[in-house]
Amino acid sequence: MQNTKDTAEVALGIRRRVYEHTIRNNGGYLSQACSAAEQLAWLYNEALTLGEPTLPMVPKPFGGVPSADNPDYHTGAGYNGPATPEYDRLFIAPAHYALVAYATLIEMGRMAPEGLEMFNKDGSSVEMIGAEHSPGMEVHNGTLGIGLSTAAGLAWARQKRGEPGRTWVFMSDGEVQEGQTWEAVQAARHHGIENLYAIMDVNDQQCDGAMSSVMEVGDIRRKFIEFGAACVEIDGHDLQAMRDAMAEPHDGRPLIILARTSPFHSMPILEERFPRLHYLRFKSEDERARFNTAIAKDLGVDPVDYTH
Amino acid sequence: MVEMVNRPYASAFEAYAAGNPDILCLSADLTSSCEVDGFRDRHPDQFLSLGMAEQNMMSFAGGLALAGFRPFIHTFGVFMYRRPYDQLMASVAYPRRKVRLMGFLPGVTTPGGMTHQAIEDISVMRSIPNMTILETGDATEVESICEAADSIDGPVWCRVLRGAVPRLFDTPIRVGEMRELALGDDVLVVTSGICTEEAMRARAAFAKAGLSIRHLHLNTIKPFDSAALLDHIGSVRHGVVTLENHVTEGGVGSLVAETMADAGVGKRLVRLGLKDTYAHGGSRPYLMRYYGLDALALVRGIESLTGQEFGITEDDLSSARVDDVHSLVKAEAL
Repeated sequence: MQNTKDTAEVALGIRRRVYEHTIRNNGGYLSQACSAAEQLAWLYNEALTLGEPTLPMVPKPFGGVPSADNPDYHTGAGYNGPATPEYDRLFIAPAHYALVAYATLIEMGRMAPEGLEMFNKDGSSVEMIGAEHSPGMEVHNGTLGIGLSTAAGLAWARQKRGEPGRTWVFMSDGEVQEGQTWEAVQAARHHGIENLYAIMDVNDQQCDGAMSSVMEVGDIRRKFIEFGAACVEIDGHDLQAMRDAMAEPHDGRPLIILARTSPFHSMPILEERFPRLHYLRFKSEDERARFNTAIAKDLGVDPVDYTH
Repeated sequence: MVEMVNRPYASAFEAYAAGNPDILCLSADLTSSCEVDGFRDRHPDQFLSLGMAEQNMMSFAGGLALAGFRPFIHTFGVFMYRRPYDQLMASVAYPRRKVRLMGFLPGVTTPGGMTHQAIEDISVMRSIPNMTILETGDATEVESICEAADSIDGPVWCRVLRGAVPRLFDTPIRVGEMRELALGDDVLVVTSGICTEEAMRARAAFAKAGLSIRHLHLNTIKPFDSAALLDHIGSVRHGVVTLENHVTEGGVGSLVAETMADAGVGKRLVRLGLKDTYAHGGSRPYLMRYYGLDALALVRGIESLTGQEFGITEDDLSSARVDDVHSLVKAEAL
């Protein structure tokens, strides 16, 4: 699917949408847009081979959970196109990035802007923590640390069947605190799963605050390599570095790209809220107004008129 | 003498899975303990060793099933839900992946003590939406568990017996159908798994003592046909006794209790099994006696239900050989 925008423009568009949504709704996952916009823009605009969306531009309402009595159930994966052998698959492992992922779908022309207006509304499929029926999602990942394992299983299966499509995971660095992440890497290495790719938003933040204050994780690149992955560390706001990272050889092992990022990138006023950046809710109307003005200037847009 | 079948799962799994490229055999370092070592050696293309890493194994299996494979996970039952419960929910149960969870060493069939004994797994699985639960009670059911499990459009939890397993039944598992082993009209006995053999032993003793037992064996615990059970409850005078290799909360006893309460059945129910307790390590006969899961416990339970004493002793029970009971089943009910 060709996009007329370049990847930097997509990243800017993602930030603008998440900013606008956060100001308008007096809260949102804003720092995740700061850190991850380039990664998601690069995945969708360059790295992933995806087909045309198979689901309506305006998402359907919540259609029930999977059950034997719900034969029409489907996931939100159709926003990434069909799951046929030639195409790539993407799991958003930290489902808390859903707002940023939905904004990416809109920027890529895979979902209508109205989709974001359904975010976290009762009865909507555009859920706050991306569910597998949410746009662009294929599996539940709200419980952190399971995404890479699921992707490893899918990738092994696709490799065994000789499918050319790759399996990608967008990950968050907090997930390295979960033992399952390491189980997944060692299994991927043991079984020679080389069609598995991950890009991890290493923003050093988690729900309680800075990762170093919650649980020190050490040199995760070294750890990934020791557990059996190929791993490169890049500036997560440098698109050329992402492109270059793909040249890393990874025969018989997955490739994990550590994208070092800033949780305030392009919105320096967010630093006022450090270290509690996971979910931004304004403490006063004054703060909301200041953030509105400052970030609008950073992103080159008019402030959001949220008074009516 | 009752026929004892050695390692029925080993040959049954291989016969069912070999050559079916969509079936994968997964193991977490308990390959020979789950009787799939021969399969591993002869069919390496269908075998995946996932190490002692059950959390990854569960989500990995979800990914395999997403691609259309049907993974059979082999490990001890207890290791398949306690640690990786979150992964079982999110990666397998919710999306209705066709993952076949072959849980070995149910309840007190292992001397391994608390860490190895799956005593509350049925309770846990019954409360998981989309889950099917099957339990094997003899060699024929072990031999038919793979085909039965693989017929399920979604995840399925199986309690599988290993090693030397008695053959009690002539017909394979038919998912959703309870076995009617005796059609007496005094007391209804509902059993599953290894407790069915115990009940068959007790039944022979009661027949001599003049109490008529109606006996049902459940191999399908979820989904469950409550109408059939209610018919049987309506056919007995005194009430119901359940006996299970599981805690009495959430398992077959609870299933029967809920069925009776929902239908407003005013008969008594005695639930036998592990009574809100962990077990410890020991031989199966010792544990079944110690925790009240054997034929003698059932005799006492039936005496409690009927308010009568039948003078049945341990000697009466041990002399009531299962092969005698087996032929009685045929004469009486089938």
